[in-house]
Amino acid sequence: MRYLPLTPDDRSAMLARIGVKTVDDLFADVPADKRLKGLLPLPKRKSESEVERVLSRMAGRNTAAGAVPFFVGCGAYKHHIPATVDHLIQRSEFLTSYTPYQPEIAQGTLQYLFEFQTQVALLTGMEVANASMYDGSTGAAEAVLMAHRVTKRRKAVLAGNLHPHYRETIKTVSAMAEDKVITLAPKPDGIEDILSAIDNDTSCLVVQTPDVFGHLHDLRKIADKVHEAGALLVAVVTEAISLGAVTPPGEMGADIVVAEGQSVGNSLSFGGPYVGLFATRQKYVRQMPGRLAGETVDADGKRGFVLTLSTREQHIRREKATSNICTNSGLCTLAFTIHMTLLGEAGLRRLARVNHANAVALADLLAKVRGVQVLNKAFFNEFTIRVPGKATDVVEKLAKKGVLGGVPFSRLDPRAKLEDLIVVASTEVNTDEDRAAYAMALAEVVA
Amino acid sequence: MNRQGRPTGTGDTSPVQHRTFTGNYGLAIEEKLIFEIGRVDTTGVDLDEPDVFASRLGGLERKNATGLPGLTEPETMRHYVRLSQKNYGIDTGIFPLGSCTMKHNPRLNEKMARLPGIGDIHPMQPLSTVPGAIDLIAELSRWLIEMTGMAAVALSPKAGAHGEMCGMMAIKAALAARGEKRSVVLVPDSAHGTNPATAALLGYRVESVAVRDDGTLDPEEVKKHLSPDVAAIMLTNPNTCGLFERDVVAIADAMHEAGAYFYADGANFNAIVGKVRPGDLGVDAMHINLHKTFSTPHGGGGPGAGPVVLSDKLAAFAPLPFVTKDGRYVEHADEAGSAKPLGRLCAFHGQMGMYIRAMSYMLSHGSDGMKLASEDAVLNANYVRAALADLMSLPYGNKPCMHEVLFDDHWLEGTGVTTLDFAKAMIDEGFHPMTVYFPLVVHGAMLIEPTESESKASLDLFIGALRELALAAKRGDTARFTGAPHYAPRRRLNETRAARQPVLRWTPSKPQQEAAE
Repeated sequence: MRYLPLTPDDRSAMLARIGVKTVDDLFADVPADKRLKGLLPLPKRKSESEVERVLSRMAGRNTAAGAVPFFVGCGAYKHHIPATVDHLIQRSEFLTSYTPYQPEIAQGTLQYLFEFQTQVALLTGMEVANASMYDGSTGAAEAVLMAHRVTKRRKAVLAGNLHPHYRETIKTVSAMAEDKVITLAPKPDGIEDILSAIDNDTSCLVVQTPDVFGHLHDLRKIADKVHEAGALLVAVVTEAISLGAVTPPGEMGADIVVAEGQSVGNSLSFGGPYVGLFATRQKYVRQMPGRLAGETVDADGKRGFVLTLSTREQHIRREKATSNICTNSGLCTLAFTIHMTLLGEAGLRRLARVNHANAVALADLLAKVRGVQVLNKAFFNEFTIRVPGKATDVVEKLAKKGVLGGVPFSRLDPRAKLEDLIVVASTEVNTDEDRAAYAMALAEVVA
Repeated sequence: MNRQGRPTGTGDTSPVQHRTFTGNYGLAIEEKLIFEIGRVDTTGVDLDEPDVFASRLGGLERKNATGLPGLTEPETMRHYVRLSQKNYGIDTGIFPLGSCTMKHNPRLNEKMARLPGIGDIHPMQPLSTVPGAIDLIAELSRWLIEMTGMAAVALSPKAGAHGEMCGMMAIKAALAARGEKRSVVLVPDSAHGTNPATAALLGYRVESVAVRDDGTLDPEEVKKHLSPDVAAIMLTNPNTCGLFERDVVAIADAMHEAGAYFYADGANFNAIVGKVRPGDLGVDAMHINLHKTFSTPHGGGGPGAGPVVLSDKLAAFAPLPFVTKDGRYVEHADEAGSAKPLGRLCAFHGQMGMYIRAMSYMLSHGSDGMKLASEDAVLNANYVRAALADLMSLPYGNKPCMHEVLFDDHWLEGTGVTTLDFAKAMIDEGFHPMTVYFPLVVHGAMLIEPTESESKASLDLFIGALRELALAAKRGDTARFTGAPHYAPRRRLNETRAARQPVLRWTPSKPQQEAAE
């Protein structure tokens, strides 16, 4: 077996040194009647080329985003990832290291986490950020729990235009923790009356911008009202690139910003692994979940970094911890921070402008298709169209024509009975030809 | 001398120590923060400005600069390569962190995760365009169910602790379906911190159960805690002391008789794959850390993946989405038929990028290779135990362990050397230390998990170094320990200062701030 270095002679010598006859003597505590006799009924070992053949065949049955005109978003986006990013995250010292519990030999990880935290704070317009969550949706659930701790209240209000998967994730955790959640109905036109749902028992309002239909929201007035009620404003961003063009939630009064960071440096991978960005105000830092890297000095007075404020965490506090999180998204965090370093202010701004311009061009093109209506006035790189007939059928027919045209909203939220809406995203990877192909295919499908 | 006049000798051999101009010492290169070397007007990504268009951001244009620094590609490459060189990884050497399972990460797995049909598929593109992804999910499910002897698996949890949450939620949902609300979860005092944290998160009161003198749990002690108010026990097996809970079946039976459930923390499943199936031991739910047992990379702290296998009693409560036995993919409660999914644990489908890596590992090893891997992992840990037992103290006696061996600090008493000092001295010998001060049930714990990836030669060197260090500690050579590490990129770091005056992000120094204004 190519991964196992012990030779039969080694094994014999080691058993002799231990003082047992067979390796099964070491498993003596396993109840004899429960031990497996023989092998599990699964295939035996395969060579590298055989494994590659099996898995490549499976992968080959899927349509890759890069192979077709591609406009699918709703919380995960097809962006170009510079080759540098994937090369660097595969360096052994990053790929095969562990959570930096021994900081003297993990300064590489700790320094990039410190840099990542700073980048996230700058991007979101917040004061501090943690070293990542699993993804945006689980980060949103953690934000609600944090708001409960800060306000000592247990009722969250979720805007209707929050991504339905995020809503469901929050609801699952809240139901189990026996906390209250008020959910509002989705409003495809982007006009929601959220404020009337806020009262003096509310711990937080969770609102997404751009929202699941692509609408942008000015959070300033909402923030004032939420703060008046003694609650926190949790802002969700599922497209991190938007922060290169749009006023960040931190400048609009958000108390916690949760974002999906996949767009920066991380591949689509059918939904994971991704990287949750989590930022807040300095005054709430001790209620924040997740790992934190902090600056300090070593015995020689040299600057160095360590994991810190761990008295919030499960391995120290056990049942009194702020969260049960242990592993987070280390390597995805690295991909994010490398890509963001390559972009910088100048690159991020331009990338955001290109995304916006491409989406505007596509919206204008699709609006000209007879029977199709674009619902958004203000949007970033994603918008919603109303189509004649069922959106799921339209998307399926588009796929048959080789265009992956977006997400039927009814697939995200079948109970909302909004069956004629497609959420469409356009990023820097789309060309004029892609857009023309989409418009032509859509015209044929809805005709 | 040769014709070019190039000296080929060793030069002056007298030891010279001086401060270098750069602060670097040969290949040990200091690296500043990106905020100190980058510039906001620099970018490493070429992109054309869009043609003129009218912004449709609705007056929400970002006006203030982000202040994010950029670097060109060669500068970026150098920054991160230098940072990487300050890290220790499995590929550097033995990484014996107990309970973390730092085994070899095959590069085939990385290659498979980057196939366009896996890495470049969107979670919300039509299911008709991703039949291979559904096949992969079904196939991984089949393998996990077969290996564990359970009824069903929920793949979507994103890491071990998330899987724990999922399993405990399934238990809570099952109790609710029975019309019961129980409030207590039993957790042995040797458990991972995530166990009590998870139980508390779900509103349970955690009752700690003490382990007996041999490091395992006594069913009689468990029974003392049982009542109609107990929902479950969370038990790691093999446990965090590296021992198999030999009375696991009696404990499971006691739980079931009391109408409670048995949650198994599968962090140490790697010791028993192919040897015994948790389902045969009475387990109702168990998470599996794909990043431990099935070699997906730890990546400096994630991403993980924590699928949860469920017994017949809990299978109906598996979260969305899931794949049915006949290969149907269920995304919504309305499509779930008679099942009562407990809800959604995250957006989309979970960690596909980790599923493919784990699948690649499983196919490579096969049933025979995985069994051998478990055996070698246990053999390696016992070899280390046998070779160090005369110098270091074993809290539960010198008897066979599973995939990891636990020492305490009894043997260091009176030497002036602590467990932490000993660990730091290992760094100077070129090793990553073992897990220290965990589990909490023994004083000054040192938990060593060599994994099956180590050759005998590697173990012999490791053992030799630890023996030499142990002897040095005993003969009073304390300076070697208390000042360690001496030869790492950093000496010991001041963690107290980091916690008392937290600096969690870079901020511009005063002159820089003024210049910017």
